[in-house]
Amino acid sequence: MLLRTLFHLAALLALPPLVVGLVNRTKAVVAGRKGPPLLQAYFDLAKLLRKGAVYSRTTSWVFRAGPVVGLAAIASAGLLLAMGGAPALVSFGGDFVLFAYLLGLARFVTALAALDTGSPFEGMGAAREVTFASLAEPALFLCLLVLARATGTLSLSGMLGPALPGAWGEAAPALVLAAIGLFVVALAENSRIPVDDPNTHLELTMIHEVMVLDHGGPDLAFILYGASLKLFLFGAILSRLVLGHAGGGLASEALFFLGILLFAVGVGLVESVMARFRMVRVPQLLVGASVISAFALVLLLR
Amino acid sequence: MTIALVLGGIALPLASGLAAVALARRPAAAQAAACLLLCAGAALAIAASVAVLLTGEAAVSVRLALRLDAVSAIFLLAISLVSGLGAIYGTRYHSQAEHGAAAVRLQIFYGLAVGGMALLVAASNAIVFLVGWEVMALANFFLVLTEHEKREVQGAAFLYLASTHVGTLALFAVFALLRHAAGSFDFAAMEGVRAGGVLGARVFALALLGFGLKAGLMPLHYWLPPAHAAAPSHVSALMSGVVVKTGIYGILRVTGFFDAPPQWWGVVLLAAGGTSAVLGVAFALAQHDVKRLLAYHTVENVGIIALGAGLALLGRARGAPALVLLGFAGAGLHVVNHAVFKSLLFYGAGVIQHATGTREMDRLGGLARRLPVTAALFTVGAAAISGLPPLNGFASEWLVYLGFLEALRSPAGDLVAFAAVGAPVLALVGGLAAACFAKVVGVVFLGNARTAEAERAHEAPRAMLAPMAVLALACAAIGLAPAALLPPLARAAAAWSRSDPRLLAAPALRAGTSASLVSLVALALLLLAAALWAWRRRHLAAAGRAAPVDTWGCGFTAPTARIQYTSSSFAELLLGRFSWAVRPRGHAVRLEGPFPAAATFHTSVPDPVLDLALVPIARAYGWIASRMRVLYLQRLIQFQMLLILATLVAVLAWGFVW
Amino acid sequence: MASLVFILVVVIDLFLLASSRLGAAIRTVAIQGALLGTLPILLLEERHSLGHALVLAVGALAIKGFLIPWLMFRAIREAAIRREMEPIVGFVPSMVLGGIGIALAFAFSARLPLPNGLSHAYLVPTALSTVWAGLLLVVSRRKAVNQVLGFLVLENGVYVFGLLIADFMPIMVEAGVLLDLFAAVFVMGIVMFHINREFSSLDTEKLSALKD
Repeated sequence: MLLRTLFHLAALLALPPLVVGLVNRTKAVVAGRKGPPLLQAYFDLAKLLRKGAVYSRTTSWVFRAGPVVGLAAIASAGLLLAMGGAPALVSFGGDFVLFAYLLGLARFVTALAALDTGSPFEGMGAAREVTFASLAEPALFLCLLVLARATGTLSLSGMLGPALPGAWGEAAPALVLAAIGLFVVALAENSRIPVDDPNTHLELTMIHEVMVLDHGGPDLAFILYGASLKLFLFGAILSRLVLGHAGGGLASEALFFLGILLFAVGVGLVESVMARFRMVRVPQLLVGASVISAFALVLLLR
Repeated sequence: MTIALVLGGIALPLASGLAAVALARRPAAAQAAACLLLCAGAALAIAASVAVLLTGEAAVSVRLALRLDAVSAIFLLAISLVSGLGAIYGTRYHSQAEHGAAAVRLQIFYGLAVGGMALLVAASNAIVFLVGWEVMALANFFLVLTEHEKREVQGAAFLYLASTHVGTLALFAVFALLRHAAGSFDFAAMEGVRAGGVLGARVFALALLGFGLKAGLMPLHYWLPPAHAAAPSHVSALMSGVVVKTGIYGILRVTGFFDAPPQWWGVVLLAAGGTSAVLGVAFALAQHDVKRLLAYHTVENVGIIALGAGLALLGRARGAPALVLLGFAGAGLHVVNHAVFKSLLFYGAGVIQHATGTREMDRLGGLARRLPVTAALFTVGAAAISGLPPLNGFASEWLVYLGFLEALRSPAGDLVAFAAVGAPVLALVGGLAAACFAKVVGVVFLGNARTAEAERAHEAPRAMLAPMAVLALACAAIGLAPAALLPPLARAAAAWSRSDPRLLAAPALRAGTSASLVSLVALALLLLAAALWAWRRRHLAAAGRAAPVDTWGCGFTAPTARIQYTSSSFAELLLGRFSWAVRPRGHAVRLEGPFPAAATFHTSVPDPVLDLALVPIARAYGWIASRMRVLYLQRLIQFQMLLILATLVAVLAWGFVW
Repeated sequence: MASLVFILVVVIDLFLLASSRLGAAIRTVAIQGALLGTLPILLLEERHSLGHALVLAVGALAIKGFLIPWLMFRAIREAAIRREMEPIVGFVPSMVLGGIGIALAFAFSARLPLPNGLSHAYLVPTALSTVWAGLLLVVSRRKAVNQVLGFLVLENGVYVFGLLIADFMPIMVEAGVLLDLFAAVFVMGIVMFHINREFSSLDTEKLSALKD
């Protein structure tokens, strides 16, 4: 059991850049290109960690604290994540609230670091990011509430544990809707198309990219790794939701990692097939995800 | 013995103002003496509260009609902490040496307000309660009027006075009804009153009106932003931090009298709480005056407390002890937490006003470099009020979430529905609060200074920074160790619901173990952050750090401080979602010609209840009254006699017919 | 299986409330019509006749899934419009109102006193939700085409209700319902053609210019 937990911890720390690599490879294949190597993100991180740093005159300690606290918050949220059907390192009733709020803490300090630069581009990115995040929070909570009600437990380990595959028997429609809602929230929180384009070079169209425009060197490494970790966290939840296996053991683990792979490919496909929504449409998308998740919860009320 | 401490806690603050008067010829010593007296009283009260909370036994004095049980102790703790620190803060912020007679008046009324509040939470008799209530209300009126030369202050104070008196009138009615049912004014006699029927409904409605006006529940919140913005900062901290909590205390106390409160009471409180929370934070987003923004956040947090109280009432109505415990613990802890971080934020706003002379966020900026300690402490307060771990705001909001989750698990469909609506609403409020405070900290402290006043700002003196540091430490301590606070909160919940403490013990234990794990994760967060910071520091020392440069402006070669995002621009996208409630009015000037003269653009957000309902109604009433007066005065004396006769006949007829 | 179809119908309702692109909306209503066409077969029980259900299913599929969308596409090709700009009730409030209506329908429909032809627990709530969504669309959209779509959705909801008492209703009445639908759309098509010819736009607010 301890071995399994350690294995999960190692996977949590080591795999996220690979997920980003998979997304980029999928986009390249769909576009007919060869694309960067799968392990490119690791090389980027290693390169950035070796560099020094340049800071702007305008910034203060808040700018330097942003990436550090952000990564620490996301990593702490990872402690609460249940992977492969096994319980998480730390689990208790109501821990998904802490999970969501730790991600909120990461967002808060990143926004503050962005505003610290005194540049209007970062201010714009921070304003958009906090707007879309506030609208995504109710949707995330509603999806997790659907999971809680369907499995009858209140901790992430219970909601993603052995009870979940069994819950598909009677709560299938609700869980499908919750999965859709969760996927939309994952796209929004990780700044993917159709909410934000991670590859755009125009500052006026960026949201997340422009918030971290001034960070470089180890700071940028922390931020990139934190973003990939966040994508991995959402992928883990969705993988367990959609491809959960009732028994424990090797089959469940294998399916779990397969699910993350499929999640990465799915994100890549969505990014390749859709265009970015106009800014006005993003709140509509997020409210739509909330309404669908609320409908899923209503289905479970009966 | 404990009751003697409580008496000291009431009497010493009441008397503290006199010290300021007595030694008026030596202002520094006078203010120090008054502050010392008030702090001594606060310390005694804190000691009494802690004793009651730790042992669970109430301190009673039958002769003086005082009773400090666990519920009162929570509120007394908050009152004493904030008032004591506020007095210390006031020694430099509003020093007697600078302000003379105005400072003496402020200290007198500050002491009276604190003493009145301590009296009312410790009262065990309705008359004593009302005396304390009125003393507090009137003292607050004079406190708001400290800078009475300004028109806006006069208006705000009058609005406050009118509202608080309407509330007090409602409270007279409440206690009259309760006395009629119980036979005496003693709270002990009122306990166990039957809640069914007309009496219960009337008492609850009037209590909600009277106490809701004081607490600032929507739509009775309209007096809060003007009054809290107009008062001096440490008075605003007192008002936002503890005076509005006496309204919550009243609601809890009155609903605690009834043995079996009906379900609709909890539902009404939940609805009022949810509305206050969402609309409060939406209106806060639209403000650009720091203190008005903080006042609207008080409305939001009172909404969160009402959500917890509503859950607790719902639990009592449905016989669910877990709901009672979690709802009450969340509400009670949030009372203390909000007092702590709201005071911290108001003290910070006071420092800003003291240093730059303005409260407008769009005239500030870059203050983190000039006021580093204030900026750090304010950021801690901002993170706490947004409910972010590992600080105290998260701890109390998490308890309210646990209450909703407990309702989610119940087999009854309607409880699940409340949870299904309540938890996402709370999540939305949390997200919006974080957005709003990212705006405040970012626009005020970060970036570049937008005006000359902001460039010349100076750090606050130690007497103003010390209370803020104490409060920030409290935020961190409560946030890192919430499990330690659950046993006293469970005792208070048992005392309030007059149920067997053993029933509440099991849910309290579960919540306690979960809370310890929250602390564990919080510690892991701090350790990780420290480790990353240390690694980076060592790495940059070796790898070298280049000289500071200007922020990348995408090739724009002449950046100024005015190209930064302002508070209105930051909030604009989010406020578009709330355009059905928040309607900003812009007063723009058209620019004409090729070389237009200087122009200004100004936006304000009218409060819907005040500016769109009450003021037009009052104006209409005034118009009708003036017309009637003209009608009355221009006629002959016989007409006036006819009017008197007609009124007399009407009253007689009503008396006979009914 | 039938549950999934009902849920899909409700999700389509929500999508229509949020959609601003006319082409996508018409196609979605066609899909909804086709889905509803499969329901008589899915809800089939032993005592019903298969032939009866097949006729109903094929009829619904043909008319709702193909004929009426084809007419609608012809109408918008004439008018050359592609999008609905901000409707009278905005997209987000429409979605929220629709969601509230759906939630209430699903929560309370068990208490309605209805005849015992109740073949599936989700049938009545889906019907109520679809009727509500259709009404919202009719009331809040500006473009005439969207109002016609709202009317179609409303008819879909009534059709689902009709399935409730399908064993009692003779085939003639069902055919009458479908014919009524066809005629209404036909008439609306003519009206839209005339509105467009008069104003060069399908904005129904322009109709108020006709009054003196």
